[in-house]
Amino acid sequence: MASKERDPLDPVRGRKLLVEGGPSFHDITEQVCTPVEQPSLAWWLAFLPSLGALGIFGVSLFWLLWRGVGVWGLNNPVDWGWAIVDFVFWVGIGHAGTLISAVLFLFRQQWRTAVNRSAEAMTIFAVICALMFPTFHTGRPWLLYWALPLPNQMQMWPNFRSPLLWDVFAVSTYFTVSLLFWYIGLVPDLATMRDRATTKIRRVAYGIFALGWRGSTRHWQHYEKAYLLLAGLATPLVLSVHTIVSFDFAVSQLPGWHTTIFPPYFVAGAIFSGFAMVLTLLIPIRKWYGLEHIITIKHLENMAKIILLTGSLVGYAYAMEFFVAWYSGNPYESFAFVNRAFGPYAWAYWIMISCNVISPQLVWFEKIRRSPAALFVLSIFVNIGMWFERFVITVTSLSRDFLPSSWDYYTATIWDVGLLVGSFGLFFTLFCLFVRFLPMVAIAEIKSVMPAANPHPPGDH
Amino acid sequence: MDKPKPLSKQASKPKKFGVLAEYDSAAAIFKACEKVRDAGYKRWDSYTPFPVHNLDKAMGLKPSVLPFIVFACGMTGAACGLLLQWWSSTIAYPLIVAGKPLFSFQANVPVTFELGILFSAFGAVFGMLGLNKLPQLHHPLFNVARFTRVTDDRFFIAIEASDPKYDLDKTRKLLEATDAVAVEEVDD
Repeated sequence: MASKERDPLDPVRGRKLLVEGGPSFHDITEQVCTPVEQPSLAWWLAFLPSLGALGIFGVSLFWLLWRGVGVWGLNNPVDWGWAIVDFVFWVGIGHAGTLISAVLFLFRQQWRTAVNRSAEAMTIFAVICALMFPTFHTGRPWLLYWALPLPNQMQMWPNFRSPLLWDVFAVSTYFTVSLLFWYIGLVPDLATMRDRATTKIRRVAYGIFALGWRGSTRHWQHYEKAYLLLAGLATPLVLSVHTIVSFDFAVSQLPGWHTTIFPPYFVAGAIFSGFAMVLTLLIPIRKWYGLEHIITIKHLENMAKIILLTGSLVGYAYAMEFFVAWYSGNPYESFAFVNRAFGPYAWAYWIMISCNVISPQLVWFEKIRRSPAALFVLSIFVNIGMWFERFVITVTSLSRDFLPSSWDYYTATIWDVGLLVGSFGLFFTLFCLFVRFLPMVAIAEIKSVMPAANPHPPGDH
Repeated sequence: MDKPKPLSKQASKPKKFGVLAEYDSAAAIFKACEKVRDAGYKRWDSYTPFPVHNLDKAMGLKPSVLPFIVFACGMTGAACGLLLQWWSSTIAYPLIVAGKPLFSFQANVPVTFELGILFSAFGAVFGMLGLNKLPQLHHPLFNVARFTRVTDDRFFIAIEASDPKYDLDKTRKLLEATDAVAVEEVDD
C-alpha cells in the first residue's frame, strides 16, 4: 500500500484529494485563468509549428482539389486508402473526450473534473480532422450535401440502407452533441472570465458567450439536470458512433471485415487511442501551465489504467479474430488473417501488435504508470499503433481479395502523407487556440469536488 | 392589487431590485437559504460559483421539468427519423439496392437512433436555456461591484423587492441574522 501513502488523502473521507496543496476557491480561479489572461511567449513555440503543419494541409488539399483523388496512392483493389484510415483514426481519438465527460460522469468518477474540459476540446478538434477525410474523399466536396436528406430537383433521396450514410448521421450527431456538451460546460467558466476581464473587448467577448450566467441556484438546478441528461445521451451515442464506423467494414462481404466482433472491438480501440491522445496533450500542458496539483500523477495513473484495460481488450480482439477465422472453416477468412500476419503487410501488422498489445502491458509496473515521461512515450506508441491498426484492417483485406489476378500492393504517395501530417497541424492549431483563449480546466466543476464545497463540513451535525 | 402603493412611495427614489447578502462559504449559504425559505419568501434566489450540493432543496425548489422536455424531443426525433426513412425509401424514391427490402427496421435503426439523440440533446440545451431565461445579458445584480466574485469564491442571496413579504428593514434584519459578511440594498 506504499502507493496510497504517496497521494495526499482527504482526512475525513480517507480518499485521494482531487486537488493537491489545499488551494482556496480563489486560488483555483487564478491558477486556471491567469495563463489565459497573461499568455507566455512559449505558447508561440507550440502554435507556430502547428500553423506550419496546417499550411501543409492547405497545400495538400489544394493539390488534391486541383488534380483529383488520383494524387493519392489508391489503386484498383485498394480503393480505400489513407483517407479512410485517417478518418477512423481521428474519430477514434475523439471518443476519449466523451468517455471522460459522459461515462465517467455517470459513474461519479470525480477525478474527471480536472481533465474533462481539455478532453472534450480534443474530441471536437479530432472529429473536425476526421470529417475532412470523407469530405475530400468524395472527390467533389462541394456536392457533399447530396448525403443529406434534402429535397432536390433530381427528386433523389439518400440510400438509408448503406452504412456510409449511417456514418453521416452518426458522426454529424456526435460532433453536434459534443460541441453542445462542451459549450454548456464552458458557460459558467466564461462567466468567470467575463467577471475577471480587465479590458472591454474581453468583457464583451466572454460576456456574450457566457449568456449572462450569474450562478443562480434556480439556473444551476436546470443546468445540472441538462448536464446529467446530456451525459446520459452522449454515453450510448459514443458507443453507437464507433459501432457505426465499424459497420462501414463489417456490413461488407470482404474477408477480414465481415465479422461480428467489429463493433465492440472498434469501440475499445477508440477509447484506447483517445486516452493515449489525452495523455500526449496533457502531460506537456500540465507542466507548462503549472497545473500539476490539479491534473495530478494520480489522474495520469487512472488514465494509464484505462489504457491498459482497453489495450488488453484490443489484444483479445486480435486473438479472437484469428480464432474465429480458423474456427469458421472459411478458407477465405483464414487466408485473410494468415496474410495479415505473414503477407506483404506483415511489417504493418507487427508494428500494430508491438504498439497496441505489448507496449500497454508496461503499465502493470507502478514505476511506469506514475512517471509522466514514460507515459508520454507510451502514449505516442499507442497513437502510432492505433493508426496502423486501421491501416492493417483497411489495406490488407483490400489488397488481397477473392481473385488473385486482381491483387495489388498499395503504397501511399507524398500527398497522403501531407494530408495526415497536415491534419495533425489542424488538430494542434485548434488545440493551441483553445488553451490560449479558454480556461482549459473546468473551474466550476473542480471547485465543486473540493472539500470546502461540502455544505455540511465535518462536525456540523 | 397593492401595486400602486409602493410605486407612489418610491416615485422620487430610484426603483429597488432588493437586498443582497454575501457569504464566504458553502456551509454558511446553505444555512442562510434554509432560514430564508422558512421565513416564507418566494421571489428570491441564491448565487454560487459552483452548484452547491442540495442547495435547491435548502431553498425549497421543485425538481426541474427538463427531463420531460428532453423525452418529448427525443421521441419526436426518433419518430421523424423513422418516418423520413420510410417515406423517402418507399414512397418518394423506391429504388432496389443490392436486393434489400425497401424498408426494414434493422437497416433503419442507426439513423432513427441518431436523430433521437440529436433532438434530445437540442431539447436538453435549449430547454435548459429557455427555463433559465438565458441569454439575459443584463441583470440588476451585474451593477453591484461585489457581485463579480460570484463566479470566483463568494456566495450570495438576493431577496427581491417584488416579493409580497418584502420589507426593507425586516428582510435586511433576517439576512443580517444569518452568517452574512455583508448586506446591501440593490438598485433595479
